[in-house]
Amino acid sequence: MISSIIVAAAEGEAKNPLLPAIYDIVWSSVVFAILLVFFWFKVLPNFKKNLDARTEAIEGRLAAAEKAQAEAAAKTANIEAEQAAARADASQIRDEARAEAAVIGVEIKEAAQAEAARLIASAKAQIEAETQAALVSLRAEVGSLAVDLASSVVGESLKNDKLAANVVDSFLAELETKKK
Amino acid sequence: MINALSLLTQAAYAEASDGGFSAPSIDEFYPQVIAFQGTWFELDRIMLIRLLVMTALIVLFWLWSSKFKKSYKNNILVPSRFQLMGEISLNFVRKNIAHEQLGEKDGERFLPLLTTIFFLILGMNITGIIPFLNIAGTSRIGLPVVLAAVAYVTFIYAGVRKHRMKFFTANLFPAGVPKAFYVLVTPIEFLSTFILRPVTLALRLTMNMIAGHLLLVLCFSATQFFFFNAEGFFKLFGAGTFVFGFAFTVFEILVSFLQAYVFTLLTTVYIQLALADEH
Repeated sequence: MISSIIVAAAEGEAKNPLLPAIYDIVWSSVVFAILLVFFWFKVLPNFKKNLDARTEAIEGRLAAAEKAQAEAAAKTANIEAEQAAARADASQIRDEARAEAAVIGVEIKEAAQAEAARLIASAKAQIEAETQAALVSLRAEVGSLAVDLASSVVGESLKNDKLAANVVDSFLAELETKKK
Repeated sequence: MINALSLLTQAAYAEASDGGFSAPSIDEFYPQVIAFQGTWFELDRIMLIRLLVMTALIVLFWLWSSKFKKSYKNNILVPSRFQLMGEISLNFVRKNIAHEQLGEKDGERFLPLLTTIFFLILGMNITGIIPFLNIAGTSRIGLPVVLAAVAYVTFIYAGVRKHRMKFFTANLFPAGVPKAFYVLVTPIEFLSTFILRPVTLALRLTMNMIAGHLLLVLCFSATQFFFFNAEGFFKLFGAGTFVFGFAFTVFEILVSFLQAYVFTLLTTVYIQLALADEH
């Protein structure tokens, strides 16, 4: 029905839409040629330069960012190394101090022990000396006491000192051997 | 519905003096000559529309181009919204058509041509639905013929440049076919490659635009007729035809874009086939 309308209205027309008129071709070519030149030499070069510049700039900035990041990483690594070194130093110092302290402790102990030993030795020596002195004086006293006692018992006979002394000494020597 | 149509038919035959229904005809595409009648530079409405579209394209892309220039001169990395629209438009042809079919190297070689074809056709098609222009610059076959001829010359040039005379022999005598079949195959190949390709390119575009325009004219002049010339109940049909007209207008936007895309894509594919090593 619709096609019959169109056919009805188009009846008697000589125009053929498939055959271009010369001026149709001419204007089409003009328009196309102008636009082709325009796009070719004006729009697309600018467009591509724009894209290239952007790519370049973005790549440049990325590289710069990467560099900055690498630098920061290097700096961090440095700081960490320094920290590690400081820590190692500190622990070394601590170890040395501890070793020194141990040495000093030992020395002090030894000195104290030596002092104690010295004191003990001198005390012993003194005691020995005093014992000796006591023994000597005791021996003298015991001798005279015994002589006195014996002379009072035995009388004048024993007033010969030399003999008495010999008797006492031998007695005491005997006593000492017994004691030992 | 049938009644309404017969009413239209009657009105069309009657061509009433009171402004009855005027059915669209092929005359739509042959408006009155305005200037230079009889010369090669005859101007009518459609030729003026073409010049207008060309001017509009140049203005638009000039603005974009100067934006691009400013961008790379001043090292502006973030494009404005307007500039981005231009980049997306140009990149559509560059990436989605040229690079995808031809690869980057050959894509860039043929990019000026493809870009021109795409935006020229899109601009010319879209005038079909722009108020006061209302007819596509591509609905007269001259422009599609010129563009098809350009595509034809280009793909033959691409093939001959790369393969010399082997381009023709490889196309006409496809490898792997028994020699006896060449009697049949060669004429078919010749027809399909060297005749039908440009003809279909031109006709597809023109006929789409002509049909689209006729549909719109039909819908809207029927609306006009039903609203102002039909009696009583038939006025309601006007609402229906108006809705159809509106829908077809939206559809024409799609067709405009699609035809521009198809024409450009096929041109690219023909170039790609001509460049391909395997024939």
